[in-house]
Amino acid sequence: MKIIVCVKQVPDAKDVKLDPKTNTLSREGVESIMNPFDQHALEEAVRIKEAQGGEVTVITMGPPQAEAVLRDAVACGADNAVLISDRAFAGSDTWATSYTLGRAVKKLGEFDLVLCGKQAIDGDTAQVGPGLATRLGIPFVTCVQKIRETDGNTVIVERMMDDGYDVVKASLPLLLTVVKDINEPRVPSLKGKMKAKKANITMLSAADLEAEATCIGLPGSPTQVVNVFPPEPRGNKEIFTGSVDEQVDKLVAKLTPYL
Amino acid sequence: MDYFLSEEQQMIVDVAAQIADEKIMPVRAELDEKHEFPRAILEEMAQADLFGIPIPEEYGGFGGSTFEITIALEQIGRACIGVGTAFAANFLGAYPIIIGGSEELKQKYLPSIAAGKKYAAFGLTEANAGSDASGIQTTAVLDGDEWVINGTKQWITNGGEADIYTVIAMTDKKKGARGASMFVLEKGDPGFSFGPKEKKMGIRASSTTELIFKDCRIPKDRIIGRQGTGFITVMKTLDSSRPGIAALGVGLAQGALDEAVKYAKQRVQFGKPIISYQAVQHMLADMAIGVESARALLYQCARYIAANPKDMSKASSMCKVYATDVAMKVATDAVQVLGGYGYMSEYPVEKMMRDAKILQIYEGTNQIQRNVIGQELNREYSR
Repeated sequence: MKIIVCVKQVPDAKDVKLDPKTNTLSREGVESIMNPFDQHALEEAVRIKEAQGGEVTVITMGPPQAEAVLRDAVACGADNAVLISDRAFAGSDTWATSYTLGRAVKKLGEFDLVLCGKQAIDGDTAQVGPGLATRLGIPFVTCVQKIRETDGNTVIVERMMDDGYDVVKASLPLLLTVVKDINEPRVPSLKGKMKAKKANITMLSAADLEAEATCIGLPGSPTQVVNVFPPEPRGNKEIFTGSVDEQVDKLVAKLTPYL
Repeated sequence: MDYFLSEEQQMIVDVAAQIADEKIMPVRAELDEKHEFPRAILEEMAQADLFGIPIPEEYGGFGGSTFEITIALEQIGRACIGVGTAFAANFLGAYPIIIGGSEELKQKYLPSIAAGKKYAAFGLTEANAGSDASGIQTTAVLDGDEWVINGTKQWITNGGEADIYTVIAMTDKKKGARGASMFVLEKGDPGFSFGPKEKKMGIRASSTTELIFKDCRIPKDRIIGRQGTGFITVMKTLDSSRPGIAALGVGLAQGALDEAVKYAKQRVQFGKPIISYQAVQHMLADMAIGVESARALLYQCARYIAANPKDMSKASSMCKVYATDVAMKVATDAVQVLGGYGYMSEYPVEKMMRDAKILQIYEGTNQIQRNVIGQELNREYSR
């Protein structure tokens, strides 16, 4: 099975700080990592390859230094790595990003499955996966917690819901976005790391993708960020003290009037 | 401090550190509490190719030296030397085959150890043969095409969990040390069974049992090297493996220092974090000096041993003694810095203190190591 995994380089959430003046993310000195949801997408792709054979191609769109996450992906079992990078892509919102990734996937040729993380932990939109599927004209299932079966023509997956999960059968080619419950990502192997060091990274520019200038980067991005602000603290709060039993009694007394 | 590792060595450190931080630290307290063998973690380490580090390339390993396995064990030890001991015991079990085994034995056993598909263990100690290895009572007698082994090995790491055991037995008691030979035993060999899992003060994630041989029959070609070479193989094995124990010590000490500094920065007494008090600062400084000096000595000795010099025993013993004494001291001081919290199992340092003690005892007590160093000095100055 030919699988494409979309990954994004994001600042490590453990280190993220907000610039108090602008309320935007301060990325200075913050370590970059592969978006955690994407690590699960990659792990699932590698597991499918190990079980059934095939090929895993990992793609990312970002500045030249995003190459680091592609090498991490090769160390964890990806076969091919593609970096979509061009100054013209700067300022892309989810709409322009979906368009650009769509051009890239089409350029890569035949595929059976596209796997994405549910969302990136920096923007948190969860829009690029479905957006990409739409650009490719293929079906998609979001928030997949388990791939039950794949036979090369169809897949049966579990889609996580608030109150359980849906079982969905869909035909290939298909795009899935995955949640963290789907697997436990592996640590890269020594052989993988050595392979990653030497791996060829395919570079794709706006010209390579024959992308329309009005569809990429800032000009292709209809989203306008009007304001970024921390949410208002929610309502009145009260912190109980005392032993656990006392605190439970106090909580029950508070809640009883609402029953 | 930068020890100027090669790119490949840095990869080993990075992979081992990631396993330590992400896979071992979150579960180490539970493994300790339940005395649980860390099979899932070892599988993770196998998948990451760590089992292959010191196994020669022609048998599916990386062909790394004592130094390469040392830097991996240090990282694992930083998280848990119980897991580290279960991991390191594989190499203790494999070294006799690497050092003295026939080509057939190497082909048969080393690839599966390098892949982490089969675990190995080493059987030397007996009830009456600890520091004095000449007290070995296990015997091996040739009967036709088979060796018949009788006796009991005690406190064997990975006992019951390993598939491959390298065991020393007397093949000719009259010859004393020259009458001992090493053999490869397999779990499932007729007459080979295990005692119950021992309950231990520390390193509880590792399994420790007796190996019991009652008329255990194995094929003739499972002997390692020639008859009578058992002690030489054991000594060479321990010379190669002791830096690994030192590495677990450096790792444990680093882990304890990390916890102590982290705690001292956030614990406020008399209105200030306790790290601002000189009494605490000096303790932390002495701990850091211990860790760094132990690491420097270990790295130098491991590199020296990798060159296979004649006087490797002294270097091997020196780093083992020093790093494990530092580990015990630093772990004890870490508990002191954390005070009452340090004594509670909610914090990891009490486990580190319990774990550290074994480092001064196993693979040759620190007293025996000092004997080796002393005897070597005596020889050097007699020339």
